[in-house]
Amino acid sequence: MSRIFKDPRLLLLIAIAGAVVAGLSADKMNPYYSGVVIDIGIAIILAVSLNLINGHTGQFSLGHAGFMSVGAYVSAMITLALQKSIGPAALPWAFLPALVAGGVVAALAGLLVGVPSLRLKGDYLAIVTLGFGEIIRVIFQNVEAAGAASGLSGIPRLTGLTWTFTLVAVTVYVVGCLVNSTYGRGFIAVHDDEVAASSMGLNPTRYKVTAFVIGAFFAGIAGGLFAHHKTSITPQVFDFMKSFEVVVMVILGGMGRTAGVILAAILLTLAPEFLRAVAEYRMIIYALLIIFMMIARPQGLFNFERKKKPLAH
Amino acid sequence: MIAPLLELENVTIRFGGLVAVSEVNLRVGDGELIGLIGPNGAGKTTVFNMITGVYQPTDGKIIFGGKPTACQKPHVLTKRGMARTFQNIRLFGSMSVFDNVRAATQLHRSHGIRQALWRGRSHQTSEKEVEDRVLELLEVFSLQDYRDELAKSLPYGGQRRLEIVRAMATQPKLLLLDEPAAGMNPSEKEDLMHLIEFIRKRFGMAILLVEHDMKVVMGICERIAVLEYGRKIAEGTPKEIQCHPKVIEAYLGAAAV
Repeated sequence: MSRIFKDPRLLLLIAIAGAVVAGLSADKMNPYYSGVVIDIGIAIILAVSLNLINGHTGQFSLGHAGFMSVGAYVSAMITLALQKSIGPAALPWAFLPALVAGGVVAALAGLLVGVPSLRLKGDYLAIVTLGFGEIIRVIFQNVEAAGAASGLSGIPRLTGLTWTFTLVAVTVYVVGCLVNSTYGRGFIAVHDDEVAASSMGLNPTRYKVTAFVIGAFFAGIAGGLFAHHKTSITPQVFDFMKSFEVVVMVILGGMGRTAGVILAAILLTLAPEFLRAVAEYRMIIYALLIIFMMIARPQGLFNFERKKKPLAH
Repeated sequence: MIAPLLELENVTIRFGGLVAVSEVNLRVGDGELIGLIGPNGAGKTTVFNMITGVYQPTDGKIIFGGKPTACQKPHVLTKRGMARTFQNIRLFGSMSVFDNVRAATQLHRSHGIRQALWRGRSHQTSEKEVEDRVLELLEVFSLQDYRDELAKSLPYGGQRRLEIVRAMATQPKLLLLDEPAAGMNPSEKEDLMHLIEFIRKRFGMAILLVEHDMKVVMGICERIAVLEYGRKIAEGTPKEIQCHPKVIEAYLGAAAV
């Protein structure tokens, strides 16, 4: 019996059923609250997927907003085109395919950045991914088909609680199942020691590219949800600050700790809602928070694993 | 004569103007235990790094299992059957002892992303097989009590031992040990000698041992090759090496001869 409950597939199904129920009862909810809940869901998808790259695999990427924007633009352009051709009635059916298409294109972008930049380590990789994010933003800013600087608007509002919760569940499932398998120990092996990993027969490049592609895919999905939630997007939304926000979530939650990262995503999405008065100082607060963290709790705010003392001889 | 498991033919490597290893020949046959010794900076670890694919030799060739190793990455060579430990321990520090060994079993598995995500029955059987094998290995090397400890929290001797177990988990034909006795006290060294002999008896693999500690090398190796300034100056049984004039000169200076 307990074995059945250990099956993560069952947990995924339960979570999706919960998402459907939540979606049905969303009508009674104050739209402001359901909006915030969707924001939280998107943040969780972003943070958990970045955690695969930055946390588990130990590659410092600052390009997550770039991947997110690819997913947002691609899926929004698809639904906008469909809205014109088939009308709004059939749109909900096209939503998932549009999201997946956004995710796939983002994953291709991940592959594109991943392969050449994997010869780089640490800060150098961070700079390359940061540059990539900016390049994507500038491209969208200049492409007429993507609305140039004014972005896309009038995107159908298709993102609801059901889709958000379902995709959060899928993201957590995928990242969790990947990492918690013999195959997935390779991500952490690469994180801990690349040279040792490769002499244990694990291909570090393969693992890093895989992490980048899967991470980018879910960032693209999050971008699609975001576009169909806010109904308008501009290139400026996906700037460096957005990437940084997700990085803060991963660091706060504790690199490689899925539960902690989810908690941090919730907290950092709610905080600005409560702190409207000091909204302008948000980035200063984030920066201070990170500095404080690095000094006081480098293992992450929500990482409560007891530090084990070395064993006696 | 059957081709040896590992053969180095006139292997040379230059870093800029520095010739770190020059025209070294070495053979390791199946199931042999060969020692590679030499003073500091003689190029022992460099030879290791060339065998395992970390460096590419500038000249000469390395043949493993009858096929050259040129331009093959370390992870490919590990799949072909060589595994190593490191002079400065390189464990996966943030993982448990169990997971360290588990990660090293992945290379011969056909299960990857798909099975990990689908979590079907074959995934469960395969994971169970891995678990059994890892536990068996940990038990053989009496590390089973530490299975859930973080690798970096093990005592020094335990970390060395775990590195060997992790290398064994890749099912090598040739085990390369890079100064396994470094930093050990005499009783730990004694244990290590027993451990190496035990591995040979139980698993019957060839071992190439780089070592500084004469007692360890002389005690267990069948043949010893001596490097100095990147050149092989002698090769033979421990007895022959002990009274070889060039070796004594290399270690103690010319006056001692």
